[in-house]
Amino acid sequence: MTATRWTPPTLDEATKLRIHDLMVKARTTEEMQIRMMRTGHGYFWIGAPGEEAFGVPLGLLVHKGHGPAYDYLHLHYRSSPTVLAMGSEPIDALRQMRGTLTDPYSKGRNFVNHFAIKPWNIVPVTPTIETQYAVAPGTALMQRRHGGVGISIVTGGDAGTAEGDFYSGMNWSTRPGQELPVLFCIAHNTWGISTPSATVQNFRELNKRGDGFGIKNVCIDGNDPIVAWHAIAEAMDYVRHERKPFILQANVSRLYGHSSSSGAHMHDEEDCLPRYEARLIQENLSTAAELKAVWDRWHDVLHDALQQVEKEPMPDQSHVLQHVYYRGQAGN
Amino acid sequence: MANMAQAIRLALHYGEEHLGVTDIFGEDVGAPLGGVFTCTQGLKTAWNTPLDERGLIGMALGIAYGGGKPVAEIQFCDYIFNCIDLLKLCGNAHWSSAGEYHVPLVVMTPVGAGIHGSMYHSHSFESMATHIQGWTVVMPSNAKDAYGLMLSAIADPNPVLFMAPKGLMRAKGEELIPGEPADERALHHAIDAPVGDRTGWAPHWPPVEDYRVPFGKARLARQGSAVTVVSYGRALTMCTHVADDLTKQGLSVEVIDLRTLYPFDEQAVFASVKKTGRLLVVNEDTEVTNFGEHVMRKVVDHCFYDLLAPPRLLAGLDVPGVGLAWGYEKHSIPQPDGIAAAIRELAAQQP
Ligand SMILES: Cc1ncc(C[n+]2csc(CCOP(=O)(O)OP(=O)(O)O)c2C)c(N)n1
Repeated sequence: MTATRWTPPTLDEATKLRIHDLMVKARTTEEMQIRMMRTGHGYFWIGAPGEEAFGVPLGLLVHKGHGPAYDYLHLHYRSSPTVLAMGSEPIDALRQMRGTLTDPYSKGRNFVNHFAIKPWNIVPVTPTIETQYAVAPGTALMQRRHGGVGISIVTGGDAGTAEGDFYSGMNWSTRPGQELPVLFCIAHNTWGISTPSATVQNFRELNKRGDGFGIKNVCIDGNDPIVAWHAIAEAMDYVRHERKPFILQANVSRLYGHSSSSGAHMHDEEDCLPRYEARLIQENLSTAAELKAVWDRWHDVLHDALQQVEKEPMPDQSHVLQHVYYRGQAGN
Repeated sequence: MANMAQAIRLALHYGEEHLGVTDIFGEDVGAPLGGVFTCTQGLKTAWNTPLDERGLIGMALGIAYGGGKPVAEIQFCDYIFNCIDLLKLCGNAHWSSAGEYHVPLVVMTPVGAGIHGSMYHSHSFESMATHIQGWTVVMPSNAKDAYGLMLSAIADPNPVLFMAPKGLMRAKGEELIPGEPADERALHHAIDAPVGDRTGWAPHWPPVEDYRVPFGKARLARQGSAVTVVSYGRALTMCTHVADDLTKQGLSVEVIDLRTLYPFDEQAVFASVKKTGRLLVVNEDTEVTNFGEHVMRKVVDHCFYDLLAPPRLLAGLDVPGVGLAWGYEKHSIPQPDGIAAAIRELAAQQP
């Protein structure tokens, strides 16, 4: 049955600790990917260290499932915290990093963190910047017709909002009388590869572009998962029930630079993880030893995962022509 | 007989009623206009979009992801060029997700010259279109094929690009579409919107039936023995007229209407070339990196020792556009006299 009302899960103590656990899951997974890149177990790396405080709450708040009753996700290449928080396995991310045949998202075809998970409505992540903003209104239209609380969530970076597709997304979501349930997320890390945003775009609060379309919008500190949780829950509540778009900008850090092409070295920007850990300790929700145990556990998981991935088959000539055309029954 | 625009409309109506079409949309596609060529008049799922081609293709992809069956129109192919990366995303969604997703969607767009369309209503798109992988690319040359190809396009679970020659939109068919009323005026009154106020108007659809032109199947438009002419769309209609004239003059010309450009009917083309030994490909697109060169390459690969003359391509001149004055179009887009001359030269060439 299609739900008519959505209540966000409560942010209790257990959830606060779960957020930490998932942030560490994401960070350790990506640090393992960077290690794979450095040690010849993979090629290009791009991902989201520094965006966990926003990405993890987003993933936890997704109304997860298949079809228009549930949320569609039009993600970009810095969405691994969201997808890992939704329950994906770190080993699968390593498979895509290495390009194994067992990579469930692309069989070794796409770069790492380019997910495609149909049972969870995660449509293929595209390497083309910002095209997802032009596609999201399509699934949202199907959701508008379907009714219920399912929405289309689209994420991207700040520099990419200069593309016309961002404008398209806003325009197609606000046709009078045809407004669409799209949650636009902008992860603002102040960079587009090497170009500082402030030198090429007039806005720091890109969400304000929504004003011209009458789209409600907000800009938040994306390095604080508690702030992010509440802001996302509030925005989702609006989009789910008003069936109208919303723009949520999260100011985040880019801890390892743009990608492996810029070296993937640690940068001196605020790191959301130690900040959150200090808070958990201060609020007596955890101890330093307990938090360290979380890291150790994920490091072990990833160590074992890499051992396994290294043994797995790689695509060869016989796989090249697979899946050019679909030969089954139509219908997603 | 229905013209091509009416045939497309009938096919879309059939698609809405029987093949699950959920959305037919584009610039001026909904009421009151129903498309600049009237292809979408009176259709129940037709709607007007913002003037935004990229947004249109994005919308189609999103609807397909969301379980719908969209038919998106780009008003003229002259305005599809800014959509190439979105078209590529539609074409690679299945491959890139290793089979996880597939996107059943149709994009239709009027193509080609022949309507005094000047620089931006005369472009061809097939050479670029057939370079975008994951799509099936079709172009009818007559109303009944337009109907049959559109039904196949709608029923296919992959992206299909349906190109309709602008110059043939008003051309009447020579064969009835199954279920089409025999009386042309009755069809007109039943499905063409009146001029002027259309607020109270609704179409009365004839009971058109399922009729599909399978993808990858060419049509033998004229049987002959001396030269094989391979063409499609508006150029095909010129080729058949020329072939009829030449046949009367004693030169037997075979004409193949590809109908599907990708994947094209290699077996039909090879069989004909093996018989005639001579190949002419005719289309309107500009000649450099032209789709016809692909046909020629395949023929050279497969029929080299059967050829009696070098295969030829007669295509649009390699200039930035088709000019408005007739002198420009006449001398940059293949015309019947040029086609006839090329066929004669090929026939006369001896190894
Ligand atoms: C359409 C397109 N243009 C250029 C690129 C190359 N490119 C990849 S990432 C990037 C910068 C994107 O910056 P932003 O949108 O701020 O996201 P961030 O990477 O900072 O998270 C560029 C230019 C691309 N992938 N797609």
